[in-house]
Amino acid sequence: MNWVEFFSMDGKGFFVWGSFGVFLLCIVVEIVMVRRRIDRAQQSVRDSIAAGESGTARTAQ
Amino acid sequence: MNLFKYSAPSSFYPLAGKLVPWFGTLAFVAAVIGLYLGLFVAPEDFQQGEVYRIIFIHVPTAWMAMFIYLLMAGYAVLALVYQTRLSAMMMEALAPTGAMFTAIALWTGALWGKPTWGTYWAWDARMTSTLILLFLYVGYIALVNAIEDKKRADKAGALLVLVGSVNVPIIYFSVKWWNTLHQGASISVSQGNKMAAIMLASMAIMAFACWMYSMAVAFCRVRAIILEREGQSQWVKSIKEAVS
Amino acid sequence: MSAVLPRANELTTPERGVWVAMRRDLRLAVRSKGELAQALAFFVIVVSLFPLAIGPESALLKRVAPGVVWVCALLAVMLTLPRIFQSDYLDGTLEQLALSRYPLPVLCAGKMIAHWLTTGVPLAITAPLLGLQFGLQGRELMVIVAGLILGTPILTMLGAIGAALVLGVRGGSILMALLVLPLYIPVLIFGAGAAEASMAGVDVTANLSLLGAMLLIGMVAAPFAAAAAVKISLD
Repeated sequence: MNWVEFFSMDGKGFFVWGSFGVFLLCIVVEIVMVRRRIDRAQQSVRDSIAAGESGTARTAQ
Repeated sequence: MNLFKYSAPSSFYPLAGKLVPWFGTLAFVAAVIGLYLGLFVAPEDFQQGEVYRIIFIHVPTAWMAMFIYLLMAGYAVLALVYQTRLSAMMMEALAPTGAMFTAIALWTGALWGKPTWGTYWAWDARMTSTLILLFLYVGYIALVNAIEDKKRADKAGALLVLVGSVNVPIIYFSVKWWNTLHQGASISVSQGNKMAAIMLASMAIMAFACWMYSMAVAFCRVRAIILEREGQSQWVKSIKEAVS
Repeated sequence: MSAVLPRANELTTPERGVWVAMRRDLRLAVRSKGELAQALAFFVIVVSLFPLAIGPESALLKRVAPGVVWVCALLAVMLTLPRIFQSDYLDGTLEQLALSRYPLPVLCAGKMIAHWLTTGVPLAITAPLLGLQFGLQGRELMVIVAGLILGTPILTMLGAIGAALVLGVRGGSILMALLVLPLYIPVLIFGAGAAEASMAGVDVTANLSLLGAMLLIGMVAAPFAAAAAVKISLD
């Protein structure tokens, strides 16, 4: 297989790779954003648990 | 198995967590196979040349754009009739992915249209209705984000999607009608039964990959939404899995 | 408010709610004549902008006239949508209406009729004058009026649902446009399509019947959807 020929796609490489590239880019960006969103949500739950524990510990003393 | 058990966020959260890697793996494997078949195995189309390979992502994303809206309409019915919080959360989790697929379908359609029809955009019935579908997604997302009271946002979004889904067939029909009336862009899409089996297979596998990807992302997002809304409740704090 | 709730000894049937809500909204609309005139003035001014923007060439103007008139009518209706529920929501009347002895869908139907009588009908009456400015003639003008008479109630009904959903939401009016405009597209297509068909000398009944069919569906479903939207916003 000739890679140069493959990437040129009959000289229509811009259209083909423009499509596949944007498709891939969107998916990668979405995955990163969702990952960050759930990480942040879990972190805030962890924070609130930690805050709650220290609060009860103080009242116990 | 009692399906209603999983309509509670507290029991769905861990289940979704277990399912996400499976869906993600299936999506990845299917995408690799589909792209390999589409880019390397499928022969060149004798009419359109290599450019036709765009349809291996264009058609699956266009399908997903419609399918996700239908799915949201289904969840909207559940949210309004059974008042299940989880259904509304699923709608909120699906909408961004649906909008993204709609935008990709339009983008790839334009890039396919330029070399094939000679124009990036034609007011063709399918492209126009896909554009309107994007507007519907944008309206839903804007409404849900604008309402601060989450309970109200859930119900308002569900009602909007329900009204929108009743309108979708009417919109599609009206746009088709309008298009045939004007005869502006007389475009014949060379698809249908002429397509080789290998092309169809690759397209179906890509559609499956997009579907699995949507499920994985939506489940992941719905987990985040559950935590954001119910982070203060007891069940979240009681299970370690929630925060690990 | 006193006009809304009937006296205790007055005989009430649920259907009377249509009449009660309609009469009340009409009375309010007549009292504030300014708002009524504003929508009409908006319609006339925006339509008049088009010749200034695209030039006075009469063939071109005639060609775009149905579309221009329809888009402007649609925008004018959209701008008046907050009137249906907004002030009642702000002063608490809407809550009392929801708790009144009349079913909420019936009251919503009455409010929609009042809104249509104060916006759709005046727009339909004004449209022929604007059509004349664009060089449209007798039959074409009649088709535009017929289309607007059939189409503007659908705009009111869909719009009432959107207006109810955004009650009390920050930036509600632009948000409402986002929700409502995509749903307006079929009405625009069939309405403007009827006018274009009459210009081309083609039969217009298909377009008008489709508008009529949509109107019938809307009359059955929209009051319930709008009532559901009001309930959601009041909770």
